[in-house]
Amino acid sequence: MKPLTVLAAAAFAFGITPAAYAQKTPAAAPAPTAQAMDSADGAFISRGQFGETSGEAMYRRVCSACHMADAKGAQGAGMYPALANNPKLASSGYPLSVLLQGLNGMPALGSMMTDQQVADVVNYVRTNFGNRYKDKVTAADAKALR
Amino acid sequence: MSHDFTPAMSKRDLLALIGATAGGTAMYMAMGAFDQARASTFKGPPKLDGGGKGKSVLIIGAGVAGMTAALELGRAGYTVQILEYQDRIGGRSWTLQGGDTFTELGGATQTCEFAPGNYINPGPWRVPWHHHGVMHYCNEFGIALEPFMQVNYNAYVHSTKALGGQPQRLRHIQADYYGHVGELLAKSVKKGALVDSVSREDGEILLESLRSWGALDKNFRYVKGRDSSNRRGWAKEPGGGLTGEPLPSDPMTVETVLRSGLWRSIGGNLTLDHLSAIFQPVGGMQMVAKGFERAIGNVVRLNCKVTAIQQDEQGVTVNYLDTRSGAKLSAKADYCICTIPLPILAQVEMNVGPKLAAAIRAIPYTTSSKVGLEFKRRFWEQDEQIYGGISYTDLPNSQISYPSSRYGDKGPGVLLGAYMGGASGYELTALSPKARIERVLEWGSQIHPQYKAEFMNGISVGWHRVPWVLGCFGSWTEETRAEHYKNLCTMDGRIMLAGEHASYYGGWQEGGITSAIDAITRLHQHALAV
Repeated sequence: MKPLTVLAAAAFAFGITPAAYAQKTPAAAPAPTAQAMDSADGAFISRGQFGETSGEAMYRRVCSACHMADAKGAQGAGMYPALANNPKLASSGYPLSVLLQGLNGMPALGSMMTDQQVADVVNYVRTNFGNRYKDKVTAADAKALR
Repeated sequence: MSHDFTPAMSKRDLLALIGATAGGTAMYMAMGAFDQARASTFKGPPKLDGGGKGKSVLIIGAGVAGMTAALELGRAGYTVQILEYQDRIGGRSWTLQGGDTFTELGGATQTCEFAPGNYINPGPWRVPWHHHGVMHYCNEFGIALEPFMQVNYNAYVHSTKALGGQPQRLRHIQADYYGHVGELLAKSVKKGALVDSVSREDGEILLESLRSWGALDKNFRYVKGRDSSNRRGWAKEPGGGLTGEPLPSDPMTVETVLRSGLWRSIGGNLTLDHLSAIFQPVGGMQMVAKGFERAIGNVVRLNCKVTAIQQDEQGVTVNYLDTRSGAKLSAKADYCICTIPLPILAQVEMNVGPKLAAAIRAIPYTTSSKVGLEFKRRFWEQDEQIYGGISYTDLPNSQISYPSSRYGDKGPGVLLGAYMGGASGYELTALSPKARIERVLEWGSQIHPQYKAEFMNGISVGWHRVPWVLGCFGSWTEETRAEHYKNLCTMDGRIMLAGEHASYYGGWQEGGITSAIDAITRLHQHALAV
C-alpha cells in the first residue's frame, strides 16, 4: 500500500526492495500457463519497472486497471475518464504529459516505463478505441518530456 | 550519552561499563526521546473549551478521520452530521469475511466465501504501539487487540535467484548475516583497520559487542557450534533421555548469505512502524470502525454521493445525490470537514482558493493489491511450524502473511497470499478476480507446495478498482510536501480537509485520526473567534 515511493514504503512496508526479478521458465504444456502468457507479454517481471513489450500489452496489462479493457473508463464515487473516442488525445503531447507527470490522482506511471514503452502505449491508445490519430510520438519525444 | 574513556582504563573496566545499568538506561532514555519526536503527535482528545453549542459541522466521509471529527465535535456540543458514499461506515478501515460482497470498478462482484472467523483486511491491518490515536480509541471503545506477529523467524525469505529458489527460514538468514558481519568486523578491529575511527578501548568494547550481537565464539569466529545453533537452530534439536543430545547445524558461508540478497528482509522489520508491540483488532480492522460507529451515535447518512461543496461567509452547502432513491439533496452547516480521498475530491465542484485547489490535484494515489486465500487446513502451522508472521519473496505476490490468531485451529485457514505494490500491483489489478487468484496460487505454490491441493477459495482487492477511493492512499514526495502540504491542510474559508492524505502517516489510520484532531482544533479556534 507502500513502496510505492519512499514514504509509501515506510507506510505499508513491502519487505523487499524493488529489483529485477527473474522469470520462471514457463512449463511445457499444450495450453500455455498463465505464467507463460505473462512472460510473453513482459508482465510481472519487476515491481519497479514495467516489462511490457508492446503498446497493446501495456494497455491491457496496466492501463486497463483503471481505464478498463474497452477504454471506456469507469464511474464510482469519482470516475476514470474514457480514453475511447477521447478528443483530448488529438494532441499527442497531452497523453505523453499525463503519463510522465501524472494528473490528479493518477500517478506518473511513465516513470516505471522506458521512453520507448511510453511512446508505444501512447501510440497504441491514439490509434485504437475509436481514436485515429496518424502522427506518432517517438521515444525521443518521451525523453524530452521527462 | 558521553563517557570519557581514559587510555588507562582496563579491559575489565570497559567490560563492566558495557553492562553498566546506568549507561544502558541512559541510552534507552535517549532513544525514547528520539522516538517521541518521531512518533504520533496524538496527546489525547482535544479540549475544545468553550463548546460548540449552536454551531454545526457537516462532515463528509465516515472513515476513521470523519468519525473522529464527529465524535469529538459532538462531545464539545457541536451539531454534527456525516454524509457517507458507501452503504457502510468505516472507509478503508474494512474487513472482508464470509458473506461479504465487493463490487469493483468495471463491475466484477466477488462474494467472500471464507468460513466463520476467517477474514482479510484489504486496507490497514496493523496497529503499532506508538500510534497513540488508534490505541486511545481502541482502549476507549473496548476494542480487543491481539499481537500481530510482524516478525516470525521461522517464516520464509525467498528469492527465485538464490539458493536454488528454495525458501529459507528467516532465522537462518538473520543469524548467518549477523554472525558473518560480526566476524568480519571483528577481524577488522583486531587487524587495527579501524584505528582511525575508534579508540583502542572502544575497539575492545566493539569486539565484545560483536561477539554478543553475532553469536561469535571465544575466538570471535562465527562457526558451526552451540553459539550459532542457538540462533539459527540445530540440525537435531535438543531432546530428553538417551536420544536428547543436540547436533549443531551448518551456517551458510558469508558469500552465500551476501549473494542471496535475502538480508534485505531484515531491515524492513526494524522500521518504527513495524516494531513490536504491534497489534490487530480481534475480528479484523472493521472493529475499529464499529467502535467509532457505536460512539458517535446516529449521525451518519449512508449512500450519499457528494456533487458540490459551496461556501459563503455564512456557511457551507453540500449538494449530494441519494444513490438509492436518486434524489438530489443538499445539506447546510456552519463548517465542513471533508475527508473525501483526493482523486475523487478533485472531481467535486468546490469554491475554494487556488492553493487548496492545486493541492487537491497534486497528490497521486498509490497502487496496492491484496489477495486472501482460504485453505482446507493450516498447513503452514501443521507442516511447517509457521505460526503467524510474514514470508517475503521476490515473486510478484511479494508477501504471504499467516493469520496471527487462533493458532492450532483445525478448520479452514486464511492467508494473505499477496500484498503487491508498484508495477506488479497495477498488473494484478488489471486482471479479472479469477485470474488474480490463479496467478497468486501459482506464485505461492513455489513457496508452499501444499497450495494447490488445499485451496478452497479466494478474494482480491486492487485498490485502484475501489470505487470510493480510486487508489490506496496519497503518495507524497519531498517536493509535493514542500509545495502543497500546508495548503492542503489550511482552512479555506469554512472548509477543512482531513484524512490520511492530510498527514505524515500515509496509508495509516493514525494519519486520519491525527489529521482530524488537528483540523477540529483549528476549526474550534475559528468558531470561538467569530
